[in-house]
Amino acid sequence: MAEPQENDANPVVRKLREWDAQAVAEVIEFRGETTVVVPRAQIRPVAEFLALEPSLQFSFLSDITTLDRFPVEPRFEVNYHLVSLQRGERLRLKVRVPSSEARVPSVTAVWPTANWHERENFDLFGVRFEGHPDLTRILLPDEFEGYPLRKDYPTEGYR
Amino acid sequence: MSETRPVTPAIGTLVGPAEPMVLNMGPQHPSTHGVLRVVLELDGEIVLKARPMIGYLHTGIEKSCESKTYSQAITLTDRIDYLAPLSNNLCYCLAAEKLLGLEAPKRAQYIRVLLTELTRIASHLVWLGTHAIDLGAMSVFLYTFREREEIVKIFEYLSGQRMMTSYFRIGGLALEPPADWLDRVRRVVDALPGHVDEYEELLTENRIWMARTQGVGVLSAADAIAMGASGPMLRGSGVAHDLRKAFPYSSYEEFDFQVQTQTAGDCYARYLVRVGEIRESLKIVRQAMEKIPAEGPIRAEAKGIIPPSREEMKSSIEGLIYHFKIFTEGFAPPPGEVYQAIESPRGELGVFMASDGSAKPYRVKFRAPSFVNLQSLSKLCEGRLIADVVACIGTTDIVLGEVDR
Repeated sequence: MAEPQENDANPVVRKLREWDAQAVAEVIEFRGETTVVVPRAQIRPVAEFLALEPSLQFSFLSDITTLDRFPVEPRFEVNYHLVSLQRGERLRLKVRVPSSEARVPSVTAVWPTANWHERENFDLFGVRFEGHPDLTRILLPDEFEGYPLRKDYPTEGYR
Repeated sequence: MSETRPVTPAIGTLVGPAEPMVLNMGPQHPSTHGVLRVVLELDGEIVLKARPMIGYLHTGIEKSCESKTYSQAITLTDRIDYLAPLSNNLCYCLAAEKLLGLEAPKRAQYIRVLLTELTRIASHLVWLGTHAIDLGAMSVFLYTFREREEIVKIFEYLSGQRMMTSYFRIGGLALEPPADWLDRVRRVVDALPGHVDEYEELLTENRIWMARTQGVGVLSAADAIAMGASGPMLRGSGVAHDLRKAFPYSSYEEFDFQVQTQTAGDCYARYLVRVGEIRESLKIVRQAMEKIPAEGPIRAEAKGIIPPSREEMKSSIEGLIYHFKIFTEGFAPPPGEVYQAIESPRGELGVFMASDGSAKPYRVKFRAPSFVNLQSLSKLCEGRLIADVVACIGTTDIVLGEVDR
């Protein structure tokens, strides 16, 4: 899937590929922002590498957010927005998740701040984060049915 | 139970009952600044665990954005962080502009900088007043709200609204500012440094204030980064990270100001950071007043995206058609995803915007600084007294509209 010449553009992508050739499924460049698509099983080790590697130091996780591509499969895209405070750089990781198995390994052990972000994504999209210490609804009441930010959940009217 | 009790340096060791007591603080508690509920596990008066429960103000703004055009959704952004509506407007507009590949003209950029800095001052004034009232210093509230009112009047003068301004639009500003608006800004800016001195006289060296805030709610730099804290929360812990410097937007790189930091990481440090930020914002406002050209476009030029001027709309058929199309159908940015973050009064406010090539955003996500900062609350409060919880919630500076969105 990945072409060898495109990794030269971004040093972070190059380092990721050197570390593990399987870690980068695709690189998307849009409006000066780099998105690295990571295979779902690899997200935990990739997160650890990016956060701890001394030459990268993506120690700050600003946000985790999901996109619902319904009815296209893989349906969900979980986006991680990373910041390196020391180097003043941003990076987006993307994990594609099929609806039949809406599960992603949790990154709370790498970035504790992911706790509430993952709960929010679970709450509104129904994506499960495996290994999360307390995966419960956060904004909606516990007895709420459905996941309102999914595209098949109507904005108004009877659901 | 006695082995697991956390060390409480301020209190020493107290022997209490083995069963912790669970107490709901909020959602109607006046010091929770809205509708925050904190579930406290208590051993006597000592907090063993503090779990914030949120969502009482959830209004589904992100879902609503998906059924509005890009321009219509701006009005929703005012209601996220209702103490800093212009910061929200700015972040949303910058994200949309990034998606479109547009840039606002310099004049609009400087006006945006000036107004968002006034927003920061107004927001910090509300924070200072309410935080002081929480800790028993009533009079500060009366002063800060007096000054904040003057700033809010400027917003009203420009946009017609005190709080729900919607003044920034995609590609520029909604209206040409009135001719003498800078005089009003100058009056406020000239008066404020003296007022800030007054607040500092009341608080900074005040023994009760120091006793209530120093050493309370300590957050180390490592913890602040791990918990994703941003804004004054992060800078109060000694990390000099400010998005206006780290990732400049809207011409912030042309302004000269200092990033305020303190190393203690306690409530007092965050207080000093915010007071320092009021002074720095005033410096930026002064520079912006010098920079803003008296005349010039306030909107970018892009046919089919930016509405034509009133004159053009009234005099040319092409202008009329564009006007009609923009306000009925909207415009369609190219498919793609962008993330734009700004330094709001509370920290990193981010907008993640995805387009599928239609006239409505496919997804808009607001990375709310209050939401993330609130996550550290349990770290700040554990092992302290109930009264300190009030101080900790106060210095986290949450706005529940933004936490719950």
